Amino acid sequence: RRASSAVSSMQGGPDASGGPHTGTTIVAVAYDGGVVLGADSRVSTGAYVSNRASNKITNLCDNVFLCRSGSAAHTEAISDYVRFYTSQHVSETQQQPSVKSVASILYQMSYSNKGLMAAMIVAGYDPASGGKVFGSPIGGTLVEMPWAIEGSGSTYIWSYFDDEYKEGLSREETEELVLRGIAHAMARDGSSGGLIRLVTVDKDGATKRTVQGKDVPLILGDMPEPGTNAATVVW
Amino acid sequence: FFSLLLTSIMAGIGAGYDLYPTTFSPEGRLFQIEYAGKAADASGTAIGVRTVDGVVLGVEKLIRSKMLVKGSEKRIFTVAPHAGMALTGLLADGRQIVNSCRDEAQQYKRFYGQAIPGKMLNQRISSYIQYFTLHDSVRPFGSSVILASYDKSGPGLYMIEPSGVSYGYRAVAIGQEKQVAKTELENLDFTTITSREAVMEIAKIIYKIHDDVKDKEFELELSWVCAESNGKHEHIPEDLLAEANKVGKQNLEADQFGSDEEMEI
Repeated sequence: RRASSAVSSMQGGPDASGGPHTGTTIVAVAYDGGVVLGADSRVSTGAYVSNRASNKITNLCDNVFLCRSGSAAHTEAISDYVRFYTSQHVSETQQQPSVKSVASILYQMSYSNKGLMAAMIVAGYDPASGGKVFGSPIGGTLVEMPWAIEGSGSTYIWSYFDDEYKEGLSREETEELVLRGIAHAMARDGSSGGLIRLVTVDKDGATKRTVQGKDVPLILGDMPEPGTNAATVVW
Repeated sequence: FFSLLLTSIMAGIGAGYDLYPTTFSPEGRLFQIEYAGKAADASGTAIGVRTVDGVVLGVEKLIRSKMLVKGSEKRIFTVAPHAGMALTGLLADGRQIVNSCRDEAQQYKRFYGQAIPGKMLNQRISSYIQYFTLHDSVRPFGSSVILASYDKSGPGLYMIEPSGVSYGYRAVAIGQEKQVAKTELENLDFTTITSREAVMEIAKIIYKIHDDVKDKEFELELSWVCAESNGKHEHIPEDLLAEANKVGKQNLEADQFGSDEEMEI
């Protein structure tokens, strides 16, 4: 039922339950004036981390990005198609597409190809509607939401976002929210880890940021503060 | 073949190069397409005006028979919630254009999740109409259309002829009295005219250009897509239509009595 584990993917290892296991944490949150997208960077094949610094946030066009989780092959193929159709659309209309248009194109691909294992989030900014986030879970649903999370790590942070998200956050507050949310997921989910990549999209375009090593928020919980020994650092 | 050639030589202008749309004349003209244009103008005039807050379409529907049920022959169609189309010429051809226009708008909405911008719809329909000028096995449409739309970038007015050529306009007229109508339209101030005002102006122009001698009666059909209709294309309300007819008649009478010195009252 699972694709060959020899194929590099963003899945976690063979799962006892046999269900889909997408080893990633991806997040997107809209704020007034833009969106912040975030993702971890771990790609694992079984217990082996095949890529510890991957980029799971893909550019679809200047103002719209895609967070990918599930099969790396499937999501890369989908994003290539969406980028192609989007650029044709831009060519025809001679303007930046709305986030909704790009999300609709993604929906066509996802829904028409049910065999794919792709749980994605489309997020971006367009002047008419501002910052928009569209969740596209497995199966091809398309739903607009103020914030969206996907991937195996997301299970551990639903309550975090339920509690911490509010309307009216500033850009910095939203970035902090996304950063801490992913750090929480990385602390508990074995299939999420590495660095945290953030992309913020607003009217001036996209700003990318990479947060690694000691800059990733340390989620101690009830653990003691680490000493100077590097081995105790959790990342 | 020789007898065909003889017939067209007797007909004059085409002189053998006008048999198929796939044949250019020595001067580089496609006569069949030009003839299609003539067919497109052989019906009551249709007018479109782009205003500051929308677009208004009006058609002079010539009543061919007293037994026709009022309102049964429509010349203005809604092709998408935010777009409408007025036809002239061979109406059966025009209705095909309306159908394919509706399909295009639907498909775009399905694929991109949004209403098709007027500019895009115009491009698609023009390509569709042009396709029929390239083949031996089909003929060009004998119908010109006026496309009215209202999208995020505001009101849009386009006219597409049988050749597939189309432009954006502030005001346009097609049909048998289009030249006279165009002259009248040039008097309007497009920087300030509202949709309500345009309704009245179009009514006046159509009453004025209608030829009482050649064609007996006509019925006025008016539609709009504007701020007042909430961006939806629809026929204008009954009371406004009644008022437009009244204004049109009154203006015509005033003209007749007012301007001409030689006329005997």
